[in-house]
Amino acid sequence: MSAVIVNNISKKYKVEKSQVTALNTVSFEVSKGELFGIVGPDGSGKTSLFRVLTTLLLADSGTASIEGYDIVKDYKIIRKKLGYMPGRFSLYHDLTVEENLSFFATIFNTSIAENYELIKDIYQQIEPFKHRRAGKLSGGMKQKLALCCALIHKPSVLILDEPTTGVDAVSRKEFWEMLQRLKAQGITILVSTPYMDEASMCDRVALMQNGQILAIDKPDQINLQFSKPLWAVKAASMYSLLKTFKKWQAVESCYSFGEYYHVVMKSDLNGSDAIKSYLLQQQFLDIEVHQITANIEDSFMALMNKSHD
Amino acid sequence: MINQNVIIAEGLTKIFGNFVAVDHISFEVAKGEIFGFLGANGAGKTTAMRMLCGLSTPSSGKATVAGFDLFKDTEQIKKSIGYMSQKFSLYEDLTIRENIQFYGGIYGLSKKQIQEKTTYLVEHLHLQNYQNSLVKSLPLGWKQKLAFSVAIVHDPAIVFLDEPTGGVDPVTRREFWELIYDASERGITVFVTTHYMDEAEYCNRVSIMVDGRIEALDTPKNLKKTFNSLSMDEVFLKLARKAVRGE
Repeated sequence: MSAVIVNNISKKYKVEKSQVTALNTVSFEVSKGELFGIVGPDGSGKTSLFRVLTTLLLADSGTASIEGYDIVKDYKIIRKKLGYMPGRFSLYHDLTVEENLSFFATIFNTSIAENYELIKDIYQQIEPFKHRRAGKLSGGMKQKLALCCALIHKPSVLILDEPTTGVDAVSRKEFWEMLQRLKAQGITILVSTPYMDEASMCDRVALMQNGQILAIDKPDQINLQFSKPLWAVKAASMYSLLKTFKKWQAVESCYSFGEYYHVVMKSDLNGSDAIKSYLLQQQFLDIEVHQITANIEDSFMALMNKSHD
Repeated sequence: MINQNVIIAEGLTKIFGNFVAVDHISFEVAKGEIFGFLGANGAGKTTAMRMLCGLSTPSSGKATVAGFDLFKDTEQIKKSIGYMSQKFSLYEDLTIRENIQFYGGIYGLSKKQIQEKTTYLVEHLHLQNYQNSLVKSLPLGWKQKLAFSVAIVHDPAIVFLDEPTGGVDPVTRREFWELIYDASERGITVFVTTHYMDEAEYCNRVSIMVDGRIEALDTPKNLKKTFNSLSMDEVFLKLARKAVRGE
């Protein structure tokens, strides 16, 4: 049985006089012990989806279950089984690190000692500051404390809403390593992120945009679905190269990626030689063109454009 | 101006109590340059940026921004720069037009200039159909593009961008960078922080702060060479891992 089953969930909000569709018939399943990522930019519906699954928000239509329990009918049971770390820091600022943790443990009728093994790795990093008030912690430490509090009742499913947003590259890497260790202990993890590159850290991902799921698969599989040849191109003057590509009729899309542009041509006949000779004609110097395989951001943008058409 | 460097910092330092937030940083930024200002959380980026914007007085060191002294001429500095951040950029309960007009007024543009700029920006950003909508109804990416345009509405010498693209979808994030290139071509210096390492590659030069000091400063190409790395992400991890102090 899947740990999480989401079936045609939809949710609309009223904003002034108009309606905004936050979730549009979203469906997916997460297996037990899976690390499942929801990848999408701000406003794609990730938080609404998590609030529905954590029984904090009622969907307009559709059904969902966690560990076989219905999110509406069985919300009380689900709340005991779920660990949830919201996007915004939601612990008590005026309680110390230790007080916050024992508060959450007490609410779930347990104690820090009982489930210490589960949080040990993470808690040890903030234990030297256990008498400090949570409001006085740095961003990285707050995040670790929040994760401990979400885990203290030994949930079977952990839902993390953008835990790495605004966090620097080093701390992001450490956070994903922590998640891998939790996964190894059998916890099902549902995590959202706006950083496309983090998709590769998940077993499977759902790419989300405008309340809809664009694709669900293993990260590598999603990239294999990128059907057209993809070219990495660079030249001496990058900004004029971009402008040239934007004007060139034969180009389907051109996006910057680090030091290269990733270019898709309308026709497969326009290969590396055709691109090179066109750019030579346009007086570009130090031209480099080579074929590459798509990464998750290439795939996301291709799917985004497809859904706009 | 004889000197084409719009930012010159020499030993710039900020101390809070016995904590050295920014520790003798020295660097120069040329006119029209896109300068990436990277560092882990807590490395001192925000403090350094607040000093350069004239919002926080340095403890010691010397600096000029747009030709003005950081100790004496902070009011002139504020008039010569633009600023936008991820957290706050526009008034949500004003319309797009009203925001442009409001900022135009704040930056001291004439009525005529404001009118011209408003028309130009609305067209340039393809917002004709939304110009009378409240900013809060816009998708984040559009907001950020508008916020950037508003931050340079007075053609400042320098614009400071504090994580302008966080959470923005990948297509709009790239459109945002096209606006940056465009501003840089017009001679506006762009000073930008980001957590996206691919964006570090789009900068002319990048500095990386560790524990209050600038540990590396060069073009992305040279940094990758120096640190024997394939990507800026690798360069960043190599340097930032050395940090001793927490956030």
